[in-house]
Amino acid sequence: MSPSDTPIQDRAPAAQAAGQAERSAAGKPALLEVEKMRVEFPTRRGTLVAVDDVSFHINEGEVLGVVGESGAGKSMTGSAIIGLLEPPGRIAGGEVRLGGRRIDNLPYEQIRRIRGREIGMVFQDPLTSLNPLYTVGHQLIETIQTHTDLSESQARKRAIELLAEVGIPAPDRRIDQYPHQFSGGMRQRVVIALALCVNPRLVIADEPTTALDVSIQAQIIKLLHKLCREHGAAVMLITHDMGVIAETADRVAVMYSGRIVEVGPVREVIRNAKHPYTHGLMGSIPMVGHDLDRLTQIEGSMPRLTEIPPGCPFNPRCPKVFERCRHERPELIPVEETQVACWLYDENEGATANGGRSGSHG
Amino acid sequence: MAEVAEAIAARETAAGSGPLVRVKGLAKHFDVSPPLLTRVLRKEGRTLVRAVDGVSFDIPTGRTFSLVGESGCGKSTVARLVVGLYSPTQGEVVFDGQRLADLTSRRQMAPVRRRLQMIFQDPFASLNPRWRVADIVAEPIRAHGLLDDNRAVLRRVGELLEQVRLSARDGEKFPHEFSGGQRQRISIARALASNPEFLVCDEPTSALDVSVQAQILNLMRDLQRELGLTYLFISHDLAVVYHISDYVGVMYLGRLVEWGEARDIFRKPQHPYTRMLLDAIPDLEMSGRQRIPVAGEVPSPIHPPSGCHFHPRCPFANERCRSEEPAPTPSPAGGGQVRCHAVEEGRLTEEVVQSELRRD
Ligand SMILES: Nc1ncnc2c1ncn2[C@@H]1O[C@H](COP(=O)(O)OP(=O)(O)OP(=O)(O)O)[C@@H](O)[C@H]1O
Ligand SMILES: Nc1ncnc2c1ncn2[C@@H]1O[C@H](COP(=O)(O)OP(=O)(O)OP(=O)(O)O)[C@@H](O)[C@H]1O
Ligand code: SF4
Ligand SMILES: [Mg+2]
Ligand SMILES: [Mg+2]
Repeated sequence: MSPSDTPIQDRAPAAQAAGQAERSAAGKPALLEVEKMRVEFPTRRGTLVAVDDVSFHINEGEVLGVVGESGAGKSMTGSAIIGLLEPPGRIAGGEVRLGGRRIDNLPYEQIRRIRGREIGMVFQDPLTSLNPLYTVGHQLIETIQTHTDLSESQARKRAIELLAEVGIPAPDRRIDQYPHQFSGGMRQRVVIALALCVNPRLVIADEPTTALDVSIQAQIIKLLHKLCREHGAAVMLITHDMGVIAETADRVAVMYSGRIVEVGPVREVIRNAKHPYTHGLMGSIPMVGHDLDRLTQIEGSMPRLTEIPPGCPFNPRCPKVFERCRHERPELIPVEETQVACWLYDENEGATANGGRSGSHG
Repeated sequence: MAEVAEAIAARETAAGSGPLVRVKGLAKHFDVSPPLLTRVLRKEGRTLVRAVDGVSFDIPTGRTFSLVGESGCGKSTVARLVVGLYSPTQGEVVFDGQRLADLTSRRQMAPVRRRLQMIFQDPFASLNPRWRVADIVAEPIRAHGLLDDNRAVLRRVGELLEQVRLSARDGEKFPHEFSGGQRQRISIARALASNPEFLVCDEPTSALDVSVQAQILNLMRDLQRELGLTYLFISHDLAVVYHISDYVGVMYLGRLVEWGEARDIFRKPQHPYTRMLLDAIPDLEMSGRQRIPVAGEVPSPIHPPSGCHFHPRCPFANERCRSEEPAPTPSPAGGGQVRCHAVEEGRLTEEVVQSELRRD
């Protein structure tokens, strides 16, 4: 039984109310809009394109899940949006707008201020966001005081509250310890607390729950939902954990080789994946109670950035590849509620397309 | 490869002579006291974190033992104790009949070091940013003098990189040029480089997408089958644990509360904490459902509760649970062991459990 065969209950009404249709009907622009963004790395071996023409939006109160192959450009997309690409990486094209205002071409000081007040970032590597030389409390208090008018003792109180909210036991004692005295998952939660401490409008969370056990995961998810509901925040949630996606995201974008290959409502993408890559991904998920000698894997590996094949980047690994895939690059095509970059879904492909849609996959 | 053949031969003679790894009464307490002056001013004593508190288990040769449990319960600390990176406050680790504590000199330690390797939870911190990937992966090969011809070393490095689905040509790059999951694979390649017999894997696939994760887990299984590798595996992803493990140990606040064969534990969990943990598994098939987190306050290893550490969160706790530490008793569901008074007293009948844990 593959996950796509199983009925999924519809998402909670709260999550749906925040959905796209209502918002756009009200004529309000999405909180975050990314349009044809391209990220390049000039190297000795030529220019690498790590993010290739990526477009998406996130509405107020909405969680967009981002999944995809390791190395597909998920973290890079997140860093580019908030102007934190590490040189020599740079945005080589496209636009990023926050609340209708363009932010990809702002001077350093301005984007820094926006980052501090309006955007919370949880980096994939918790250690890079924590300074090993200062106590956890010092770092939290400093961040809170930089962005609010709280006094030191108020900030300390707030910091302890935040640690409690992310499930750190005995926070009043733990606050004076150093990052290395925390377990992996506890450090990850400190980073989450740091990102959320100023109630940001946009949260970019890169693998925020990877080191966490299931019940702490649930707690963090609740925290993110609360931020969306109570503060109308928009969340970009990058994760490999499909369970977390299923519970948290309203929509999901699937990335492969620097491109978005599928994007749509969460239950559609999980229950009824369309792109052959998404399919392979869903099929690789291990499940409790399924006794398999070997897990299903997508054969081969993602192309290196220097060797992305012409046409569809997935074509050398695709079980459904046909001639056109090898030459022509598919753009996102609307199919039902989803958009898919795959020639199987092109109207002009006639018979083949039907083969794809009827979903003989699994 | 002569090295491998030799290792296999050694293992075959060892087979049947008991577990490869034996952990007995292991404890690790960290002193996290504030500076003396502060303590005097605040009239406080020393502050200890009882990260690991009396853990015992065996891992038979060629098998996989997994540790699961809440964040902060002591899994990584056990891992570091087992490979000798921390010295225990109490108890001992015995590897292939040798107590790690007896290996005091570098010369005694070196051959054992080669045979046990660790994949760290944090792949970023464990890769030297100034080294090229090829040198990082080659380091154990060179350090243990496994191959002396440099061309052979590089060929082996290429093989290892391809095994973890990177490219041999990635060797010339630096760690920062890779994504999170790619860096994790570099550390897996390095851990495999010295042909270890025993691998401690602390969240080895948590930064990987599910398809690469499937490739790595399949690879680990193939290596186990071909070379008889023994694994200590740590993951919070219970589906991964179910797939990879022969044995599972469930930890709670520094102690093992239930351990035994993986299938038994997943099918018939006994300890109330294990039951709750398995109930909280996120499920694609249940999307939209709000998961029930394990209820109650997460306790702190600085002031662990008396008696059974789980009692403040346990629906079945009574006076004995609050005062007396439960000893390991045979699990009613199979060959495993459980540390729970209610299980030992036979109080956890199906009806009792149903009415307490499955209340909607
Ligand atoms: N400094 C750099 N120089 C060259 N290439 C880089 C650099 N940093 C990252 N890359 C490449 O850019 C690509 C995208 O990386 P990114 O970190 O965005 O991946 P990701 O989707 O977040 O993957 P993961 O799931 O493994 O974290 C990868 O192929 C990576 O090798
Ligand atoms: N070097 C240290 N100094 C002080 N305390 C420590 C140290 N290392 C770990 N601890 C503490 O010991 C406890 C157990 O930590 P450990 O890293 O073993 O947990 P874990 O089970 O691996 O958790 P996670 O799933 O979050 O990685 C935690 O409370 C942690 O804060
Ligand atoms: S084009 Fe093929 S390779 Fe690509 S997406 Fe379509 S079916 Fe795939
Ligand atoms: Mg990443
Ligand atoms: Mg750990």
